[in-house]
Amino acid sequence: MSFWLIQSLNSLALGGVLFTLAAGFSLIFGLMRIANLSHGAYFMFGAYIGLAMLDRGYNFGVAVLVAGLAVGLLGGIVERFVLRRLAGNSLSQVLATLGVAFVIADGSLWLWGGDPRPVNAPALLSGGVQLLGLTFPLYRLAVVVFSAVIGLGLWLLLDKTKLGVMIRASVDDRQMAQGIGVPASKLFTIVFCLGAALAGVGGVIAAPILSVYPGLDADMLPLALVVVILGGLGSLAGAFVGSFLIGFIYSFGQVLFPDLAYIILFLPMVVILAVRPRGLFGRITA
Amino acid sequence: MKRAACVVLVALLLFVPFFTGGTYYTNLASQILISALFALSLNLLVGYAGLTSLGHAGYLGLSAYTCGWLMVNLGWGHLASGAAALAATTVMAGIFGLIALRASGISFLMITLALGQILWGLAYRWTSVTGGDNGISGLTRPAPFGINLGDANNFYYFTLLVFLAVWAAIAVWVRSPFGASIRGTKDQPRRMSALGFNVWLIRWITFVASGFLGAVAGLMYVYYHQFISPHSLSLANSAEMLLMVIAGGAGTLSGPVVGAALVVLLKNVASAYIDRWIMLLGFVFIFIVMFVPGGIVAGVARLRRPTLTKGQAAVMHAAAPLGPTPPKETL
Repeated sequence: MSFWLIQSLNSLALGGVLFTLAAGFSLIFGLMRIANLSHGAYFMFGAYIGLAMLDRGYNFGVAVLVAGLAVGLLGGIVERFVLRRLAGNSLSQVLATLGVAFVIADGSLWLWGGDPRPVNAPALLSGGVQLLGLTFPLYRLAVVVFSAVIGLGLWLLLDKTKLGVMIRASVDDRQMAQGIGVPASKLFTIVFCLGAALAGVGGVIAAPILSVYPGLDADMLPLALVVVILGGLGSLAGAFVGSFLIGFIYSFGQVLFPDLAYIILFLPMVVILAVRPRGLFGRITA
Repeated sequence: MKRAACVVLVALLLFVPFFTGGTYYTNLASQILISALFALSLNLLVGYAGLTSLGHAGYLGLSAYTCGWLMVNLGWGHLASGAAALAATTVMAGIFGLIALRASGISFLMITLALGQILWGLAYRWTSVTGGDNGISGLTRPAPFGINLGDANNFYYFTLLVFLAVWAAIAVWVRSPFGASIRGTKDQPRRMSALGFNVWLIRWITFVASGFLGAVAGLMYVYYHQFISPHSLSLANSAEMLLMVIAGGAGTLSGPVVGAALVVLLKNVASAYIDRWIMLLGFVFIFIVMFVPGGIVAGVARLRRPTLTKGQAAVMHAAAPLGPTPPKETL
């Protein structure tokens, strides 16, 4: 019993981390119709920046903030100077993001070396909580709460603000939205920055759980892909459900079938593609 | 004219070991030919069928691991293990095709990437079979008719033979009526469908053929290195193959070969000075996509002749799948 409860919490925490990654990926795809293959690299880069801040003695909150801002800024630069020049040609844009991913990944390896770096949870959140006679790691609970807050924030942004209305309109029908005066160009930059920043924040949040190592990007990118293929591209609800689904499948798979966890992870994707290619909540097809 | 150029080129390739002056450059030539095999097989999908795949290194891995595992763990001979590797990889390509061809365009790319990463994850984490990070070593090169392929020159000729055979097969195939229908599904899938062609089946056959030829290249790869590790299945490796195709010119017969030569030479030269190959790969990728979208072969043709004849324009159109094209019909 305790095994199942603890594992469930781990699954929820991983799901929360995946959500910060996949939400941005899905938003970017919905708006710009490109798969941002540098998303895993943004995640890892964020984690390394967070680590560098922690090493310099700043507290965890500052590390999260700085990583989010820095990676968001980087995303903005990439969008303005690379993707913008390839506008209207999705395939070239996707390949360019792949190039960016390699540059970031190898740059991180250069700057921070090849050894895996463990990251401590902030002092306030380390330790455990006693619940039902079991000890749950407090940090993982905090990650679940944090990702729920992010999810809520994104939902409010998309559903209740004018910016959100414009984004949703552009996701549903870009030409029509542009026709009635939605500034698509500005939206692209905003959403790309936001998506990248979320990935960066996700990287720092995940660091105490996953630690930081070269190759983290290559581990996370396929997970993000599977989540959005499963949940449906361009849908926040899809990213949410997909993240937690994959969180559970991966966590339990790793414990129950350590050798084959990676394959089990992709089974739901195969099933969904066979039955409903646009994903659980998807409205758009690429 | 073109035929004469081909004959000259083949003759030159035949004499490579005589003017390389040492095994290092002969081996480099073998590496280029093996990479060109990968690029040619991937080009079937990317250039002719218009399906950009980012999982091609998976076939390399599957083929190489199957061959290596059977040879090292079960003691199978070269013929049996090679045939089994080709068969297993082709079957896997068939299954992957069923999954990936549920989509096209960017979704196809994402699915192939995910599928490629499954194989990578398997190679990396299924330690009891694949040896994990250490990979599989200890396989030997085959010795057809008693010829020792351990020798660099002999291996080069063996590779050249395989390369020419694959190249000729692809040349015949893409010029056949079926090849024309493949290009048709790339440009006008809905019209092809309306004309009674089974677009899905045409794509699937091309997908499997690409996987089979990728397996052939994977065998050559593992014979050359006599070692296989998860590293060879990484996304960076898939991207490298795609870069060869795009840099040279997707949808042309010579483009992938030129691209392969370029990437392999660049990698060798660069790694003599810096060990930041992946970063360089990323920059080259961005550069090619942004500034030479049609590939070098088409780019050089454009430089040499500002005004094009009708036939050349058609070739260049075929060679520029990444250039700004009007929105395509999708299926």
